[in-house]
Amino acid sequence: MRSCPQSIAGAFVSKGGGAWAGRILIGLWATPSVARADAGGGTPSLFMPVAEPAQSILDYGTLLVLICAVIFVVVMGLLTFTVIRFRASAADNDEEPPQVYGSDQLELAWTIVPVLIVIVLGLITAGRIVALQKDTRPEGSLAVRVVGHQWWWELEYPDLGFVTANELHLPLGQVAFLTLESDDVIHSFWLPQLAGKLDVIPNRKNTMWIEPQKTGMFVGQCAEYCGTQHANMLLRVFVHEPEDFERWVREQQLEARRVDAHAEGRALFAQTACVNCHTVRGLTEIGSFGPDLTHLMSRTTLAAGAAANDEASLVDWLTDPDHIKPGVRMPAMKLSHSQIARLAGYLSSLE
Amino acid sequence: MSASTETRVPEAAKRTTSGWSQSLHDWVTTVDHKRLGILYIGAGFFFLVIGGVEAILMRAQLAVPANTFLGPQEFNRLFTMHGTTMVFLVGMPIVTGFGNYLIPLMIGARDMAFPRLNAWGFWMFLLGGIVLYMSYFASMGLYGAGTAPDVGWFAYAPLAGKAFSRGNATDYWILGILISGFGSVSGAINMLTTTLTMRCPGMTMNRLPLFVWMMLVVSFLMLLALPVLTGAQVMLLFDRFMGAHFFDTQAGGDAVLWQHFFWFFGHPEVYILMIPGFAYASEIIPVFSRKVIFGYSFMVAATLAIGLVAVGVWAHHMFTVGMGKGLSVWFAVMTMIVGIPTGIKLFNWIATLYGGKILMRTPMLFCLGFLGQFLVAGLSGILLSGAPLNWQLSDSYFVVAHFHYVLIGGLVFTIFGACYYWFPKMTGRLLSERLGRWHFWLFFVGFHLTFTTMHVQGVLGMPRRIYTYPVERGWEVWNAISSSGAILQALGVAVFLFALAQAFRRPQWAGPDPWNAWTLEWSTSSPPPAYNFLTIPEVRSRRPLWDLKHPDDPDWEHE
Repeated sequence: MRSCPQSIAGAFVSKGGGAWAGRILIGLWATPSVARADAGGGTPSLFMPVAEPAQSILDYGTLLVLICAVIFVVVMGLLTFTVIRFRASAADNDEEPPQVYGSDQLELAWTIVPVLIVIVLGLITAGRIVALQKDTRPEGSLAVRVVGHQWWWELEYPDLGFVTANELHLPLGQVAFLTLESDDVIHSFWLPQLAGKLDVIPNRKNTMWIEPQKTGMFVGQCAEYCGTQHANMLLRVFVHEPEDFERWVREQQLEARRVDAHAEGRALFAQTACVNCHTVRGLTEIGSFGPDLTHLMSRTTLAAGAAANDEASLVDWLTDPDHIKPGVRMPAMKLSHSQIARLAGYLSSLE
Repeated sequence: MSASTETRVPEAAKRTTSGWSQSLHDWVTTVDHKRLGILYIGAGFFFLVIGGVEAILMRAQLAVPANTFLGPQEFNRLFTMHGTTMVFLVGMPIVTGFGNYLIPLMIGARDMAFPRLNAWGFWMFLLGGIVLYMSYFASMGLYGAGTAPDVGWFAYAPLAGKAFSRGNATDYWILGILISGFGSVSGAINMLTTTLTMRCPGMTMNRLPLFVWMMLVVSFLMLLALPVLTGAQVMLLFDRFMGAHFFDTQAGGDAVLWQHFFWFFGHPEVYILMIPGFAYASEIIPVFSRKVIFGYSFMVAATLAIGLVAVGVWAHHMFTVGMGKGLSVWFAVMTMIVGIPTGIKLFNWIATLYGGKILMRTPMLFCLGFLGQFLVAGLSGILLSGAPLNWQLSDSYFVVAHFHYVLIGGLVFTIFGACYYWFPKMTGRLLSERLGRWHFWLFFVGFHLTFTTMHVQGVLGMPRRIYTYPVERGWEVWNAISSSGAILQALGVAVFLFALAQAFRRPQWAGPDPWNAWTLEWSTSSPPPAYNFLTIPEVRSRRPLWDLKHPDDPDWEHE
């Protein structure tokens, strides 16, 4: 078993001065001791858009950057030239340079030029805002309801009749219309390669749209600080060809698999407090506080991206959720090793 | 205490003659604006070191991905305390401190208008800082170990509400800032009243040093902005203890309302911190260019314009909350308009340099660094004001880079410049020029390593306020560079502290006017006597000492 990050973290308060210096050194140079699950997915750079409106935002941003770059070169050039050219030399006498008190013409010039730049930028910006913000659901779009929780994403496809978590699946070329709601505090839904972020606010329904233009897996994460595990509220989006998306939808619509080999684990799940928070369609549908587990194994990560989704991580997770994600809302259920093994076996059968 | 006083009151003298306790007594009971100014600045630097240590711990955690140096709660507390400390306990007191010290000297007055209020303000500020840091030891009370607030320096609702922030950490945050706010407001009332009523003969508004003009605008902004924050914090206390539901979303409260209140304070706050930086630069750049400030009245007008626009741009911190299109357009355009008066200032400073004899002394180095960095800060501000691009960059490391460019690249650089420039006036001693250069270059290189790279993390999709990040995001290299820069910045500050110590161990005496400057504070001794001026000066222009030094070509012939 790996060393528990929480116990190292706890040492922050309790250890003495010597350990401190050592820990700063470790902090700077040691290799990470906990292997992270979220390998893959690449860099969510906004210079690599794969959808609208991210592409339009990049085009607009590039224009802004170009204008600012020109201003930068002109002003910085002027500043650098002035400082070099008028630097006092050792040969200078004590005489003061000519005193110039000001010039109305110059002031007028460097007022009017920025005013013109602001007018142009303002008009372009206003146009882009109006074009990119869509408040009503477009014809033929795919509806997705996103609910932010501390610290995971609930993803509901209301017209298709199922709920999943943390991994959004979208078909290529169809507009997805997302409704964002929060169950607790403010979160922010951000997939840099697909769209700008939008806050997920309790008592509000924000809407955004995404039109994927490229298949593949892309990453993002919560962008508004939302408490202890804000850092591990990761998001993945899988963009499929329409037919692959159809197949994924059909699988998600099925009830949970019942594998006889895992009957014991299933019974254990149904009898313990798991069911208070988690739904497994076809077995129990009471819980809604935690992620829907009906097709748990169709997801690549566990705990909103904090660990890889495999049986070993599941055992780890069920034994001590805090070990993988310190501060997580899921409690350790205090089960025996054999119970955990059976439960993990059952959960890994939920494909 | 003089010998004659001692013989007259021997009993009192017995109790107070011991050197350090007498001096401590003098400093604690002082109502002298100069001593209070030094106390404000000293306390600000004390908290700067604390906030800096917090920053270094965070950079150590983020130096490598998936690090376990700090746990999430520790990290979240650190960035909350770092932000709160740097804004309220470093920026505000240093800005108020220089204002306190310099305004009476620059306008030829013997003290501030309300010396006792001034002392009260300082001690309230310090009490606020102590209350905030008491949270580390006291805020969980009987429930368990100590803990500092972890809601972020803008304490968004409902995360700061009772349901999500249990214990009393957030209450310490509220009360600490609320109390230090009394200090800032009383300081603002004092600076305002002093400037408006206590100018020496001939010191018309049109002849005020730009420093004083800018601090006047800052005082107005403080009076306008801080009460809004205080009011919102009282509402939050009502939510947390008295069953109110202003921001309590579970009972139908409004999370976005808090953001409007907070940023209605928070954006003017940026100018409260930045305009003093302009003020220092506007005094230092002319003296080390050996030229009068270019376009004095346009500089004043631009400052007033910034103050005016400052109160109409707050929701550009909220482009991602889902505002209507109309509001997004309004706040985007208003924000771009800020670029016009700040641009005018930048051009006027460059025009002041142009044709001068630029002396590369330490205060000037810091001001030149400021000019370049402030240009970048302004331009990244323009990028952020474009709402659609803001949807991408908001709450990312790009924003972290932007506001550190403003607050460090802009404010902290000019504060260091101001320290080197006015330290001789405050103590009679010059700071070492050699150490000053080391300080500048270490801090300059460290600053750019840390914060210039942060723009990159931002566009690569790294959100702010995460205590860890996965491997293979492509953020590793950039974060490692950012962290290494933090070490250089810390070294720079260490050199500065060493230079301060050295100035007391091996003094280089400065004399009344070491920079051959032109404003009134340089006409009195260094440090000035308690009453500042033997006789109240009389001025005829904006540069009274220039007139004195150049009777053949005085300023009043040109104004």
